[in-house]
Amino acid sequence: MGLKIVVLAKQVPDTRNVGKDAMKADGTVNRGALPAIFNPEDLNALEMALHIKDLRPDTEVTILTMGPPRAAEIIREAIYRGADNGFLITDRKFAGSDTLATSYAISMAVKKVNPDMVIAGRQAIDGDTAQVGPQVAEKLDWPQVTYAEEVLFLNDDKIGIKRRLENGVESVESTFPTLITVHSSAPACRARNAKRVMTYKHARTFTELQEEVRDYTELYDQRPYLSICEWNVETIEADPEHLGLSGSPTKVKKIDNVVLQQKDSMVLTDSNQDVELLMANLISGHIIG
Amino acid sequence: MNNVFVYCEINEDGNVVDVSLELLSKGRKLADELGVKLEGIFIGDNLSKVEEQVFPYGVDVMHIASSKKLFPYLTLPHNAIVTHIFKEEQPEIALFGATTIGRDLAPRIASTLKCGLTADCTSLEIGDHTENRTKKEYKNLLYQIRPAFGGNIIATIINPDTRPQMATVREGVMKLEPAKKMSKPITKLVDIDNILNDDHFAVSIIERHIEAKKVNLRGSQIIVAGGYGVGSRENFDLLYELADAIGGEVAATRAAVDAGFIESDRQVGQTGVTVRPKLYIAFGISGAVQHRAGMDQSATIISVNTDPKAPINAIADYTIVGEISTVVPKMIEYYKKHSK
Repeated sequence: MGLKIVVLAKQVPDTRNVGKDAMKADGTVNRGALPAIFNPEDLNALEMALHIKDLRPDTEVTILTMGPPRAAEIIREAIYRGADNGFLITDRKFAGSDTLATSYAISMAVKKVNPDMVIAGRQAIDGDTAQVGPQVAEKLDWPQVTYAEEVLFLNDDKIGIKRRLENGVESVESTFPTLITVHSSAPACRARNAKRVMTYKHARTFTELQEEVRDYTELYDQRPYLSICEWNVETIEADPEHLGLSGSPTKVKKIDNVVLQQKDSMVLTDSNQDVELLMANLISGHIIG
Repeated sequence: MNNVFVYCEINEDGNVVDVSLELLSKGRKLADELGVKLEGIFIGDNLSKVEEQVFPYGVDVMHIASSKKLFPYLTLPHNAIVTHIFKEEQPEIALFGATTIGRDLAPRIASTLKCGLTADCTSLEIGDHTENRTKKEYKNLLYQIRPAFGGNIIATIINPDTRPQMATVREGVMKLEPAKKMSKPITKLVDIDNILNDDHFAVSIIERHIEAKKVNLRGSQIIVAGGYGVGSRENFDLLYELADAIGGEVAATRAAVDAGFIESDRQVGQTGVTVRPKLYIAFGISGAVQHRAGMDQSATIISVNTDPKAPINAIADYTIVGEISTVVPKMIEYYKKHSK
């Protein structure tokens, strides 16, 4: 029996390269100003799904992402690496959503796909909250297995998972349907497959096609697999009240720039004399030794 | 106003874990400020020791759910019990450790109760709020404060309209402090048979290997820390040599951990461990807010960096502008000659 798996992925600003204009005045993230990458642990999640597909070749792996139109980039990336298809949930009404509103939207989209399993990265590097996975599971009324590192076994009604805990490991089994979040210690994602890159390099969402200079209508009629499906609030049948700022119980009250308390720092060089002075101070002050 | 609740984690030996005791300490202060009670939730199997352990922290009410089925932790039964208690008691504030368990459980509860949750807070305060648009006034909200987004900013998050106001906090962030006055807590036993059903056991544990912590950063008075600027796993060996010589532990920033220079159990900062040693030597660390949140209360801070403008220098007592490979051997040599 093949499984239907949805992989949740997020295109995230690369927080390792944050500039000054990263935040807007209202305290939300100015995504436009930052380089965007495939959230690292979501790649571990994709690999886990593709591993299951290796075990059960008739498994269908669907990538699901919520974000602005350009987030279609990570759907193509996932397809190059082996995902079968993908959905982009995009709508201005999602703007300002906290984890609860985001989880609601994602859960509505997952219900439309109706999979046996959802696999997601443990957390996204732009917030590090690790909240969306468990909250999507709750909205679906499914069990959750967090911090997954390895698939131990798979049979018709159960999956065995090794979990990475802060102080050890734990093996659990879950019935289906189930939601799994994957830890960065899980196997890294396989590379792009050259053949798949050739086949899918023109895969586009409807919005992206509008921006193309050439008219590809004929190509897309002949090759329907090149169309990446875009969903909005209406398609996923979500209640707009539960989305965006109105659906988000957490509010940003204020944002403070960090003011460093300036200490009287003794500035030294790496000369013998200076290092010796420092060490002598530490020893005489009983800080070391 | 309703009460402050802390979900208390119980470890393999039946002890309440440190972060839960720290949260009880903080919860006591918040409850005193609000003029309300502090209540703890204890779910597990062997709970005979917990009352004695939490007594010094001034818990007014203990909710106890005890059964063989409730240890080791499983998400769904613990979620069912906590949400049941929260629906009945309507807490004002609910605090969880930002541990493997707390970060699995708290979001599920927040989703069940449709309330707000802030992860990895570095400070919790009580304050007021006026809604800009409606001018509606809110008194005594929980300010959930955390560095956000690349660490250039500190965000204050509030939940004006939903209860409980939920937050997770890492171990070591709040101080462990006994309460000023304490009395024997009231115990309420949770009727788990009326709450749990078979669906709550869709996930079951096959086996567990729990190890004692290998690295004890919080117990070390001297920390030799390296950042991305250390450059490689090999260069970290130099830091280990220095730590060996002067009797310290090696720690690192998240950037160094992410780069694969060192293991994540040595990470100091908002998403790692918070430390307050006598001496913190920062090698090749620029000093993002998230890192400083985990070490800025160190008694003495030394920064060794090729960049004279590294932000961490502003909080350092000594700044050495220079190469790690030059400085470390000189430090070791001097120490070996001159220590007693």
